[in-house]
Amino acid sequence: MNFFIVLRKELMEQWRTKRLLVILAVMAIFGLISPLLAKLTPDLLKSIPDMPAGLADLIPEPTLTDAVLQYVKNLEQFGILLALLMSMGSVAQEKERGTAAMMLTHPLSRAAFLLAKFAALAVTFTLSLTVAALACWYYTLLLFEALPWDSFLALNGLMLVGFFVYIAATILCSTLVRSQGAAAGLAFGALVLIAGIGSLPRIGTYFPGQLFNWGVGLALGAADPAWPALWVSLGLIVTFLGIAWLVFRRQEL
Amino acid sequence: MIQITALHKYYGSVHALDGLDMTVEAGTVYGFLGPNGAGKTTALRILTGLARPTAGRASVAGVDLVADGRVLSRRVGYLPEEPAFYPWMTPSELLDHLGRLHGLSSAERSRQTRELLDLVHMAEAGKRRIGGFSRGMRQRLGLAAALVHNPEVLLLDEPVSALDPLGRKEILDLIEDLRDQCTVLMSSHILADVERVCGVVGIIARGRMIIQSPREKLMESYARPAFEFETVDAASALRWADWLKVQPWAAAVRLEKVVVRITVNDIARARQELLASAVAQEIPLRRFEEVRPSLEDIFLQLTDRETTL
Repeated sequence: MNFFIVLRKELMEQWRTKRLLVILAVMAIFGLISPLLAKLTPDLLKSIPDMPAGLADLIPEPTLTDAVLQYVKNLEQFGILLALLMSMGSVAQEKERGTAAMMLTHPLSRAAFLLAKFAALAVTFTLSLTVAALACWYYTLLLFEALPWDSFLALNGLMLVGFFVYIAATILCSTLVRSQGAAAGLAFGALVLIAGIGSLPRIGTYFPGQLFNWGVGLALGAADPAWPALWVSLGLIVTFLGIAWLVFRRQEL
Repeated sequence: MIQITALHKYYGSVHALDGLDMTVEAGTVYGFLGPNGAGKTTALRILTGLARPTAGRASVAGVDLVADGRVLSRRVGYLPEEPAFYPWMTPSELLDHLGRLHGLSSAERSRQTRELLDLVHMAEAGKRRIGGFSRGMRQRLGLAAALVHNPEVLLLDEPVSALDPLGRKEILDLIEDLRDQCTVLMSSHILADVERVCGVVGIIARGRMIIQSPREKLMESYARPAFEFETVDAASALRWADWLKVQPWAAAVRLEKVVVRITVNDIARARQELLASAVAQEIPLRRFEEVRPSLEDIFLQLTDRETTL
């Protein structure tokens, strides 16, 4: 099936253009330093000269919760940013350069072309987050205590779904326009919109942002399930990619 | 092999194709001529499925364009005017990737990659990154990419426009050799190239086919006798061209620096008067020649673009 041929090419591209390496390095670094930051931050604060007497005693001792929160906060911010940066040119750049036209005059469906782009980014993010998670788990073990592996795995799985939503949204934006810059602007708008709606009191519980909260709860043993957010996120991924395909199949290149 | 009927294409208010009709028989090398903006590229893009017609019908090798693009892409090879590739790939990787898309086996891909790179004289660059290639190299590679699946129909949009004279000759020879293997539809603004390799010529202007005919027949029917002069200085050439253009026996006059080319309606009278007028007006001539009418003369005549100076 030609999907796998294009996926192979997409993965080769991620490797050759060092995109895979960048995503892997950024995520691994934040996986590694998150527990370290959680451990060292109180000591760093206490070491500030001229700190009023007694204030240092108020700074709490670092805990496992701090390590997990730090990890999720860092990975959420940088993961979403990377999702946007790495996907924004995926289709727009190919249209702009003419490579999409060149490839699509050969036996390659537009659905396979789009899906392979999403799948390649999904593979890259999965691999990178796995390395980040292993780094975080190991450092947390060294500095605090062992995280329960099954719930930590669930946390990372939920974060991945969250990233996939942003990748799919950015691929849609990249399909709608012809230039990378316009795709970036549109994707940033979509990001703000999803985050904005996600922060609303009621409706927010159905949005991808809730997946990160659910993941933290799972990892710390105080799970507050957010199944609706998971289903909505999966639905958004399918919807974004579906709209991208509907638009792309009608576009002239 | 290629059949286009009453093809229309609008881009907003621009009527790029205005009822284009075209027939390309199997096994021919068809030269698709027309001034810039005439609709050549639009027609080729429609034939590849990259653009959709507003109205009309087109089929290639019996396959309707709208019906099944993927079937068509297995039978058609396309070289755009400015072929674009992934800069991180090497030519060998590109041809291998395209071979995979066309379902070639590993052995077939390997053989095809080697043979095609030899064919376009890029064997030594096979392992270099495409990102550093010149436009001419990209055009050669584009031709190899279009041939990777041995297509029945080859669509070439200005295939030699970026090549140097030697490269142009090599690729034109190659296109000539393809005559026995596939049907070639080649657009070009270099009329000498079309004259050299194309057996059939179609001339398009403002989105319409003006004429399509075997090249020899076209030359016989439309070519008017022509003369070419080279003067010593540009001022004399301009002065004489101004005089020539108002003569009743002159059909068209073109001036390129010191060279004046005149197409005539009445060759006998032209033979009598041309040299006499040059002497009378004291035009210092370096060369005077009765020339064989070229495809360019016919093209300009038919597209109403003769320069009357």
